[in-house]
Amino acid sequence: MKDNLQEIFSRHHGTRDALIPILQDIQAEFGYLPPEAMDAAGKFCRISPVEVYGVATFYAQFKFDPVGRNSIMVCQGTACHVMGGARILEEVMNQLEIKPGQTTKDARFTLETVACIGACALAPAMFVNKETHGRMKPEKIAEILNGAGN
Amino acid sequence: MEPAIRMQPGKDRQVLVCRGTGCESQKANIIYSNLEKELDKMGLSGSVEVKFTGCHGFCQQGPTVMVMPAGTFYCNVNPDDAAEIVEMDLVKGQPVERLLFLDPKTKDRVLNFRDMKYFNPQRRIVLRNCGFINPEDIDDYLATGGYDGIKKALGMTQQEVIDEMKRSGLRGRGGGGFPTGMKWEFANRSVADQKYIICNADEGDPGAFMDRAVLEGDPNSVLEGMMVGGYAIGATKAYVYVRAEYPMAYERTLIAIGQARERGFLGKGIFGSNFDFDIKVKLGAGAFVCGEETALMASIEGRRGMPNPRPPFPAIKGLFGKPTNINNVETFANIPVIMTKGGDWFASVGTEKSKGTKVFALAGKINYSGLVEIPMGTPLRQIIEDIGGGIPNKRKFKAAQTGGPSGGCIPFSHFDVPMDYENLTQLGAIMGSGGLIVTDENTCMVDMAKFFLSFTQKESCGKCVPCRLGTKKMLEIVTAVSKGEATLQDIDQLVELAEDVKAGSLCGLGQTAPNPALSTVRYFRDEYEAHILRKECPARVCVRLLKFEVNEENCKKCGACLPACPAEAITWKKKEVARIDKEKCIACRSCILACRYHAID
Repeated sequence: MKDNLQEIFSRHHGTRDALIPILQDIQAEFGYLPPEAMDAAGKFCRISPVEVYGVATFYAQFKFDPVGRNSIMVCQGTACHVMGGARILEEVMNQLEIKPGQTTKDARFTLETVACIGACALAPAMFVNKETHGRMKPEKIAEILNGAGN
Repeated sequence: MEPAIRMQPGKDRQVLVCRGTGCESQKANIIYSNLEKELDKMGLSGSVEVKFTGCHGFCQQGPTVMVMPAGTFYCNVNPDDAAEIVEMDLVKGQPVERLLFLDPKTKDRVLNFRDMKYFNPQRRIVLRNCGFINPEDIDDYLATGGYDGIKKALGMTQQEVIDEMKRSGLRGRGGGGFPTGMKWEFANRSVADQKYIICNADEGDPGAFMDRAVLEGDPNSVLEGMMVGGYAIGATKAYVYVRAEYPMAYERTLIAIGQARERGFLGKGIFGSNFDFDIKVKLGAGAFVCGEETALMASIEGRRGMPNPRPPFPAIKGLFGKPTNINNVETFANIPVIMTKGGDWFASVGTEKSKGTKVFALAGKINYSGLVEIPMGTPLRQIIEDIGGGIPNKRKFKAAQTGGPSGGCIPFSHFDVPMDYENLTQLGAIMGSGGLIVTDENTCMVDMAKFFLSFTQKESCGKCVPCRLGTKKMLEIVTAVSKGEATLQDIDQLVELAEDVKAGSLCGLGQTAPNPALSTVRYFRDEYEAHILRKECPARVCVRLLKFEVNEENCKKCGACLPACPAEAITWKKKEVARIDKEKCIACRSCILACRYHAID
């Protein structure tokens, strides 16, 4: 981990305004924010660990637990809501038996909601890793989940 | 309406492939490479250029492919269609009939995008280049007259630039509607060793996507607008703050900045002047409140994105304590045109107090979702019926929701309202950033208010009490209404509380969060009362008030509900009324959505 962190820090100045970009890079590397990485980021930016934690927890993007191998995101924006996004989310929750923010026991899936990615014309939309599935119907979900990597 | 498109030397035709988020997620990248391969196979690579572009705006029927200069417009294109497009259109000169847009009213295929009712009434200033130029190639932007605006501005004094902006009447497109020229003047008057320009691309309204489309389709126009702003107020450093959910917009902005730096358009002494200017990009981290100016600046500084009381205004004390001017993406995209064509020209478009155009993101219960840019003052009816193609499935228009979680709705009784800042504010809706969500008779307005309040409640940063507790309490009341557990007094309390939250909150989030509730009570009080008094949801959305029983009088015995049920709870035989087994019913509403006759209570 130390080498990865050094490499990340080398891309930034050790100033306060670099904190969020650094945390973003850490998350891109590890999938979440390991506590020791947050501490190191604080030291690098000369900010106390409690403040780093305060900043990280403020933003919805940051995760504090390891994530599953596949990320499932169900859009809950206005257009998706009007077009039945809640039913899509419900069906995904039923099939994976987890709630948004949780990871399945086999660590295959992490489920999250997003408040609009701007693909409103494809509403309701869901995303498996970086792939978009638009105009979703509950009956299409099983196949999509099966098609994700193990 | 169309910009000058750059064509590679020796070529006479172009195939434009939309690769905005919408089309790209439907394999536009493969369509693009297939077209290249097919052209090569047919030996046409020397005369036909394949170019990828940003969003054309006709997202509903994406992926879209356009052959220029003819203007032949193909919709719903599949990667496998590439061969046919090349063979038929580009080799034989015959359009691929089945991929042309089908006008649902006349049942005619429309050959040319210029003849389509979707594009025809639009007036594209902000989106002038979107869908026509390659957003990752600065030369394409230059060919359209790009960067002429900043060159012209650099030949003027700062005050002359500000005066030109004032003459144009341009007002902030992020929602506030504050005159841009005045905002610049305030920042210009501040004296400091360093000033900043920020482009707010933290498009938070769930249901708006015009800022994303501009950054994905024409990022250079935003950069140029920022340069003009920087020159006018005397800022040498700038930031674009992009939402984390928009990776493609982020990438393309970075590419545009890189190319502009290479050409010397950014850096020291740009365009031979003594004006230094550089732009950085910051990626948001998922917080709606960061769309608010002071919260956005806190976020750039590496803090929790919480707003601060104003005054001091950002123009006096902003980013890193220095005078700062923040404008929205769409505002900046207007500026190069205002500089080249003049403020008077811009002011000739629109209404008396709302000048220019507005981009709306049309979505929800509408035939053609997508981006629509129209002169200010265009009637709502025209946007929905003509451009948007009306409501699907012959259902009735109920209301249009504008301004997202900060806005309100426009009911059918105001269907002809000219869309500008004043009219929308008067109706209790707001212009907002331009999200326009269409609802039909199957949308419950109590549920709509609940949706927005649960959003603002979740996104409230918690700094000030009225917003933190008020949004929560309002949500509780609306939730109780949706369950049939409220009383009529609760509506009055909701309205009273809403007024207090509006008046008492620290920032725009709290000050506008009550709008969806207030507006739905104002126009759809009868729906609230139906939930409370009759324990009934007229739109059949609020699950707790649904019985899931077939109304024998209304049932037309068509059986449409049978295949819709995922739980096998419905029994139906030909010429018989359907029945729902309540033991098996999972209350998913699939049957209600499938029934055309309102026969399920």
